[in-house]
Amino acid sequence: MNMNYTAEELAFRDEVRAFLDEKLPADIAAKVKGFRKMTKEDHQRWQKILSEKGWYATHWPEEYGGVKWSPVQKHIWDEESCAYGVPRTIPFGVNMVAPVIIKFGNEEQKQHYLPKILSGEHWWCQGYSEPGAGSDLASLKTRAVRDGDHYIVNGQKTWTTLGQHANMIFCLVRTNTEVKAQEGISFLLIDMDTPGITVRPIITLDGEHEVNEVFFEDVKVPVENLVGEEDKGWTYAKYLLTYERTGLAGIGLSKAALSHLKQLASRRLKNGKPLLEDPSFSQRIAQVEIDLMAAAISNLRIIAAVEGGGVPGAESSMLKVKGTEIRQTINDLARRAIGPYAIPFVEEEMSLDYEGEFLSDENAAPLSAQYFNNRKLSIFGGSNEIQKNIVSKMILGL
Amino acid sequence: MDFTLSEEQQMLQDTVARLVRGEYSFEKRLEFSETELGFSEDFWKQLGELGLTAVPFSEELGGFGGGGVEIQSVMTELGRGLCLEPYLQSVVLGGGILSQAGNAEQQEKYLSGVATGELKVAVGLQEPQAYYNQNEVSTKAEKSGDGYTLNGRKAVVIGGHCADLLIVSARTSGDVRDADGISLFAIDPNAEGVERRTYPTVDGSKGCDVFLNNVKVGADALLGEEGKAAEVIEYQTGRAIAALCAEAVGCMEEANELTLEYLKQRKQFGVPIGKFQVLQHRMVDMMSELEQARSMAILAASFADAEQSDERRRTLAAAKNVINRAGQFISEKGIQSHGGIGMTWEYSFAHYAKRLVMIGHQLGDEDFHLERYASLLQAS
Repeated sequence: MNMNYTAEELAFRDEVRAFLDEKLPADIAAKVKGFRKMTKEDHQRWQKILSEKGWYATHWPEEYGGVKWSPVQKHIWDEESCAYGVPRTIPFGVNMVAPVIIKFGNEEQKQHYLPKILSGEHWWCQGYSEPGAGSDLASLKTRAVRDGDHYIVNGQKTWTTLGQHANMIFCLVRTNTEVKAQEGISFLLIDMDTPGITVRPIITLDGEHEVNEVFFEDVKVPVENLVGEEDKGWTYAKYLLTYERTGLAGIGLSKAALSHLKQLASRRLKNGKPLLEDPSFSQRIAQVEIDLMAAAISNLRIIAAVEGGGVPGAESSMLKVKGTEIRQTINDLARRAIGPYAIPFVEEEMSLDYEGEFLSDENAAPLSAQYFNNRKLSIFGGSNEIQKNIVSKMILGL
Repeated sequence: MDFTLSEEQQMLQDTVARLVRGEYSFEKRLEFSETELGFSEDFWKQLGELGLTAVPFSEELGGFGGGGVEIQSVMTELGRGLCLEPYLQSVVLGGGILSQAGNAEQQEKYLSGVATGELKVAVGLQEPQAYYNQNEVSTKAEKSGDGYTLNGRKAVVIGGHCADLLIVSARTSGDVRDADGISLFAIDPNAEGVERRTYPTVDGSKGCDVFLNNVKVGADALLGEEGKAAEVIEYQTGRAIAALCAEAVGCMEEANELTLEYLKQRKQFGVPIGKFQVLQHRMVDMMSELEQARSMAILAASFADAEQSDERRRTLAAAKNVINRAGQFISEKGIQSHGGIGMTWEYSFAHYAKRLVMIGHQLGDEDFHLERYASLLQAS
């Protein structure tokens, strides 16, 4: 039993800190820490800095421009970047479609797509869910019919995160209706500029435009955009989902959010004293901090197992459930901390450029919206119910 | 023991229900919310014409002296429709304060307007640093000549953006958290020195913070006895809490119906998702929370107009605590049961969820009322 970092790992942490001290733009960090809105340009600016350092593609082999980090190094990066206010990496290109292309794509696809992901030329989005296929993803209906050198794609995808910014989409499409649902699915790479594609915004309850519907009407996709074999897409899809699940626990994000909450609670007053000293409120904070402590160690146990050559299994599903519950609790407390000021919706204060007087606290404005927005955490990436199904099947054998 | 409404109470509730069903579709509500007023002027007028804004007032004012149960009947249906009109602020709270604390002249001047809906009142009892403690008042009212000069700030005054009359608390003596020394004033929102910072609210309504900079009012602006307003505030806040509980129950009823309907019609894995036991049990929990909330809303209504006592204080604190918890539970679990669709602007569920969570921030949150209840706990 040794829960300490090695000397090399500590040196790596110093290197990460030095890099972030020097290169992380202050305005971007301020936006992340204050839950302000990030623009497409912010994301691209930061991606460029990471790419130049060679730290953007942490899941890729070095021959394609990736960096070979151990699970512990990835963890150190995650912890430090959350603490510093590094924007979350938009995962669809670098952490989702890329591993699929690397494992199942042909050489031409690797040469064509991977550099464009690294350079930021391609912004990818995910075409998985459909109106009728959410938790039951395999029931998807978007159809791709072979017609000479092309597939003709018809159908609809939904919950397409940041699809409004994307110029590429990877899609699960049905190429065979004669076989079992899972066996007739293919994995297609589609240029968003192809005629017949329409992106329509879905506005969420907090008034934000983050997700979209994507419609396909007789969209012509060259056959060379098929990844792997026709009708084998489900295998690739599942491979991709294991990448999606790692990191969904969001331990680093919870730590950053908790620190933000404590700062907020030390500024807000109740009966003339900081809320952080209030018996009921401090106990609520203490409780979630304790739960987070436990989850962080669970996370490290999984990381150590992977470092030792193991495969993250259904344990990551348990951690996703716990981790998202913890983050939602922290968001809930932050909303409570501002008392009656949870009620005003002061959109102008959510911008970093706001120069007026703050209605209450400088960080109050986004808190209710964030609480509502993060209800998604227990829904996306496989809802927490689906995660529990995985655990009960894979670990408990029920 | 009889928990049914009387024939008149049932008729009252049916009247409001019919009106809301007819005039307040979800789509219309979104439109009302986006107007500058933030609600439907026309619907507000209809509430007046049907005598609904007069419910708690005397017969001379066109009302029928309705008590907690009558207010509950109205508020439950307004809650079902997510109605945005300032019934709680103007009729229940504003009207209540004027009825209890106003002298004959002030009642004569304001109450008939409140009862018809022509005069909209907004009430500012909170302050920026006070969290939910309404006795924490640093706004000052200093004697000047025949009247007073007010300086300070009142926080999150729902409906304050369009009010014809503002009622605010201000300190005439004592220390910042003393119950003694708080006074109530009726002020003209357009008077010199009154500034309002207006904003939409998370739940689709509108409100403002009110800044008072050397606002001069006459002696006739004082409502009730100088320095003795804490009792009035506490009592009328209690009535408003009961009304808010009723509104929340209406929201929860609708939220649960939407969720249940979704569980029946949404299919995944070839069956309605309501066939999955984990969702069945969650729906049962949501129904149980609603039942707990409904019981407490009924109890709160029965105490709303009772004489003040520790029992009334305890009951209303308990009711608000239960309502806040049930409302948040139903909001969160309902969104989860819907999946992504429960988080979209275009579908009504999310708006019920937002209203319910925001009710938790009005007139005291869960912890505030738990602490209040604990402080009044009986030894046996």
